[in-house]
Amino acid sequence: MAEAKSLRGARAERPLSPHLQVYAMPINMLMSIVHRITGAALYFGSLLLAWWLVAAAAGPDYFNWVNAIYGSLPGRLVLFGYTWALMHHMMGGIRHFIWDTGRGYDLKTIDGLAWGTLLASIILTALVWLAVWVVG
Amino acid sequence: MTEMNMRTPLKRVRALGSAKEGANHFWHQRVTAVANIFLVLGVVWLLVSLVGADYPTVKATLAHPVNALVLGLLAVSGAVHMRLGMQVIIEDYVHGELSKIVLLMLNTFFAIVIGAACLFAVAKLSFGA
Ligand code: HEM
Repeated sequence: MAEAKSLRGARAERPLSPHLQVYAMPINMLMSIVHRITGAALYFGSLLLAWWLVAAAAGPDYFNWVNAIYGSLPGRLVLFGYTWALMHHMMGGIRHFIWDTGRGYDLKTIDGLAWGTLLASIILTALVWLAVWVVG
Repeated sequence: MTEMNMRTPLKRVRALGSAKEGANHFWHQRVTAVANIFLVLGVVWLLVSLVGADYPTVKATLAHPVNALVLGLLAVSGAVHMRLGMQVIIEDYVHGELSKIVLLMLNTFFAIVIGAACLFAVAKLSFGA
């Protein structure tokens, strides 16, 4: 019986508290934080859709001016970021729905869902911008 | 409190939460979130199809009843959802009672302005000259 041996004097194999210099955030924690950040980004980014729609309603001159800003390189970069935030937040939302049904709480599934969220958001963003490139 | 209340203070605040709204919050957040999936995908599709289009095309497309409806629904569902979402963020990080109330109010104003602006624009594109 190995367990019966006294551990006195030996170093106990206790888990150590997170070592700040080598600490890596678990992926599911990071994805949860990103869901909140993307939610907040989408919140203020909703101005982009509202402004564009109001511009379309305002008439050709104003619309063409706004549309040119959105079509410029900085404009496209912002819209690209917005697309990714939207896709990531949407996949994060679906992750929440799975949890809401009481499923998916074991560690393996939690990690899988977190990586899946990230991967799906990248693929969806790429698809949208592939379509933009094909259409435009 | 307008009338004599026989309920204990605990009973009165139970399930109300920090913004005094209660469990409806969770449910509305989920309903709008599910709606947003379909509406967001529809609107992204619509917007991508309009890349590089000239003004008359954009105007006519946005005025099409199906497109106008999807945009209008997203304006409402999105505004409700983002207001509820930002409310949670405010409740989590802002603890002064006054600053919390002010920010919750600004949050409501912002959501209504965004929703109303989108709805008005879509209505004008649909019914205006
Ligand atoms: C595309 C479909 C969307 C889905 C499926 C979705 C889903 C969700 C869910 C389930 C939550 C609650 C998270 C929780 O309980 O912790 C949430 C929070 C939030 N959403 Fe969305 N959402 C979507 C679109 C949007 C849009 C378009 C906006 C903004 C315009 C937005 C803004 C927010 C904000 C600000 C929060 C609060 C974040 C937090 O508390 O951490 N969402 N979303």
